[in-house]
Amino acid sequence: MHPIVKLVTQRLALGLLLLFAASVLIFLGTQILPGDVAQAILGQSATPEALANMRAEMGLDRPAITRYFEWLFNALQGDLGTALSNGRDITESIASRLTNTLFLASVAAVVSVPLAIFLGLFAVRFRDRWPDRLISAITLTSISLPEFLLGYIMMYVFAVKLSWFPSVSTINDSMSFLEKLNAVALPALVLTLVVLAHMMRMTRAAILNVMQSAYIETAELKGLRRFNVIARHAMPNSIAPIVNVVMLNLAYLVVGVVVIEVVFVYPGMGQYLVDHVSKRDVPVVQACGLIFATIYIGLNLVADVVSILSNPRLRHPK
Amino acid sequence: MAEALLEINNLRIEATVYAPGEKPRNAVIVDDVSLRLEPGKVMGLIGESGAGKSTIGLAALAYGRGGIRLSGGKIMLNGREIRRASSTELRGLRGREVTYVAQSAAAAFNPAKRLMEQVIEATLKHNLMPKTEAEARAVELFRTLSLPEPESFGQRYPHQVSGGQLQRAMTAMALCPKPDLVIFDEPTTALDVTTQIDVLAAIKTAIATSGVAALYITHDLAVVAQVSDEIMVLRGGQLVEHGTVQQIIEEPREDYTRALVSVHKIDHREKLPEGEPILRAEGITARYGAMNEDVLSDVSVDLYAGQTLALVGESGSGKSTMARVITGLLPPREGTLVFDGNPLPGALKDRSREELRQLQMIYQMADVAMNPRQTIATIIGRPLEFYFNMRGRERDARVQELLDAIELGEGYADRYPAELSGGQKQRVCIARALAAKPKLIICDEVTSALDPLVADGILKLLLNLQKREGVAYLFITHDIATVRAIADSIAVMYQGRVQRYGTKTEVLTPPFDDYTDLLLSSVPEMELGWLERVLEHRRMESAGN
Repeated sequence: MHPIVKLVTQRLALGLLLLFAASVLIFLGTQILPGDVAQAILGQSATPEALANMRAEMGLDRPAITRYFEWLFNALQGDLGTALSNGRDITESIASRLTNTLFLASVAAVVSVPLAIFLGLFAVRFRDRWPDRLISAITLTSISLPEFLLGYIMMYVFAVKLSWFPSVSTINDSMSFLEKLNAVALPALVLTLVVLAHMMRMTRAAILNVMQSAYIETAELKGLRRFNVIARHAMPNSIAPIVNVVMLNLAYLVVGVVVIEVVFVYPGMGQYLVDHVSKRDVPVVQACGLIFATIYIGLNLVADVVSILSNPRLRHPK
Repeated sequence: MAEALLEINNLRIEATVYAPGEKPRNAVIVDDVSLRLEPGKVMGLIGESGAGKSTIGLAALAYGRGGIRLSGGKIMLNGREIRRASSTELRGLRGREVTYVAQSAAAAFNPAKRLMEQVIEATLKHNLMPKTEAEARAVELFRTLSLPEPESFGQRYPHQVSGGQLQRAMTAMALCPKPDLVIFDEPTTALDVTTQIDVLAAIKTAIATSGVAALYITHDLAVVAQVSDEIMVLRGGQLVEHGTVQQIIEEPREDYTRALVSVHKIDHREKLPEGEPILRAEGITARYGAMNEDVLSDVSVDLYAGQTLALVGESGSGKSTMARVITGLLPPREGTLVFDGNPLPGALKDRSREELRQLQMIYQMADVAMNPRQTIATIIGRPLEFYFNMRGRERDARVQELLDAIELGEGYADRYPAELSGGQKQRVCIARALAAKPKLIICDEVTSALDPLVADGILKLLLNLQKREGVAYLFITHDIATVRAIADSIAVMYQGRVQRYGTKTEVLTPPFDDYTDLLLSSVPEMELGWLERVLEHRRMESAGN
């Protein structure tokens, strides 16, 4: 077997194992919480008899391990259960929420990832000169401000003062792509500013790390332009660390946007999760947890695989 | 006189030095150096480290590493001044008129790109020819340089070819854009001697067929004598002597040049084995961790008290592994060690402190073998405390004694390693080994990181100490000249086995086995036409077979 196939298979298997462990933790976590679904439905004043009846009816009196595997197998088949608070099918509700979240994340990613990498390259090109310092200063400022504050500032400037974009990012299926894009412009901008600094600084550091190599001197002595030396000779050798930090930030764009969704009243996963946590809607919390874990592990898996593929020694063994 | 291709007049190169704990100061790297190179000629630049030879080589591309400034003088290339040329002008000449071959091709090739892409990159960048033509030229160069499968060689990645092949690929890369001048910066220094001779021959052929001019930079006079027309000897950034190859090696005018020419001419008469060996290794077989192959197989050697056994071999021959086995870092799978008549446990943890004391080691890289935050007195004093429980004034007196023994004298005890030169650092390491009063010191390539003259000083010191203290050396090296200078007996190692073993005279006197013959005949000798003679001889031999 080609060593790379073996390595990638190993990573995939490890990812699945990790996902399994995460599902166990999510299930355990919701079990440890005081009270259960029956308690949540019937409220604090329910009689013990009513609770027992309710539990028997919902199968909650069975051992936890049985319930866990039932939940897991259902989830694997796409059935995430029913929400307690409104009795709706979770898979259905989540589908539209997840689509919205992924849409916002994609817009932010499409802007921020190329921009961060370009700024990283640019900062290396003008290392320790004013463009480098300026980029560093701006990105550091944007990462230092709390997200909600950044959100309100953007809202004030671009929605209230300039009226370029709406301040509330409601979207629905009847909107065209451009209308949707217009609606998410502000939250996407804030997210971009939040993740930009981290990716840009890692890109800069990773490339500077290989700029000391002898092959960079070789490239310079061929008469190549400095930017080409950085982009064509240094960059391919720093893909692994860059991809890792990019994937980490992409994961953040999906699972960490709760605050921004609340600020812009955006109907995404984050709001959905927060709403149902406050309603003690355990099945929804479990479902959200599982989806977030899948996305997180999946993206990191992609980072691992790309890192492996970017190594010519593994791709082309002797 | 033909028109000069490269003419350097009164070149001055400076750099800002940031020494720890000091104010940044200006250092003159090259001072008032002039040279003139005509088209198609090869000039050798020779000198020890710090002579400024690489810096001058790169100045021909108007390039300075790090904070180096080309601060004065003229650099004329093809009739125009380039020292103060704009970066656009410089990009136009680098990789087109002048190209560069670096010391370590393994580091100078981009690991993420195929060889062909890198070899033709400069040619394409300067729009010298279309891609197909450039590729055809590269293949032609691969063939001239005797690279295997020239048609498909370029499709490989740098890690897929050997060090010697990579160095030749680098030469192809330099010649591809048909430059007027190639700078060869120690192109064979990192190679084994048997590989070096092939690369040297390939470079010489390539220079001859392409008619390109070259600056050939090296610290090895014997090497540069094979490829150059003229030689410039440099020291401390200044010109010492300039002449034809013949004049430099046959009638050097300056003392420094004479010293370089006569380097490695230490006269050491071997001592014959007598009495019981201090160390006897029998049937040593060893491998690393989960490897399926033995790195050493059935190695048996004896070393007698007060004598030197040299383990000679190329990289991968197992000589350093043998040192690891003897020191106990790598317990052997089979075989036994007998030290001073008693069996020596294979694993380090089973050895007594007394056994540890009697067996010391000196390493190749002196600067990483010492703690940079300890003073010399602490470094040398540590074994005194550890083995002899010496403290205070007694310890200090002994440290000074040892410093005297390594010819460093007063005032060094309170210094830090960073304040010492390479040769002085290695001397401190020797003193540290001696402090334990060992019966055997393992010297692992102790002179290979040093300049020839400094290395000679270390070898002489080791010989003196041996005479005085009666210590035995196990001397591991790839350098035959070093072996001649210090060994009493020799074991030639090849692929983990002892290929040839005996007293120095026995081993170095014909008839040889094939490998020893190849190894010995590949060592460059300081005479004109040596390379051609060896190659001719080898051709006749293979034709005879």
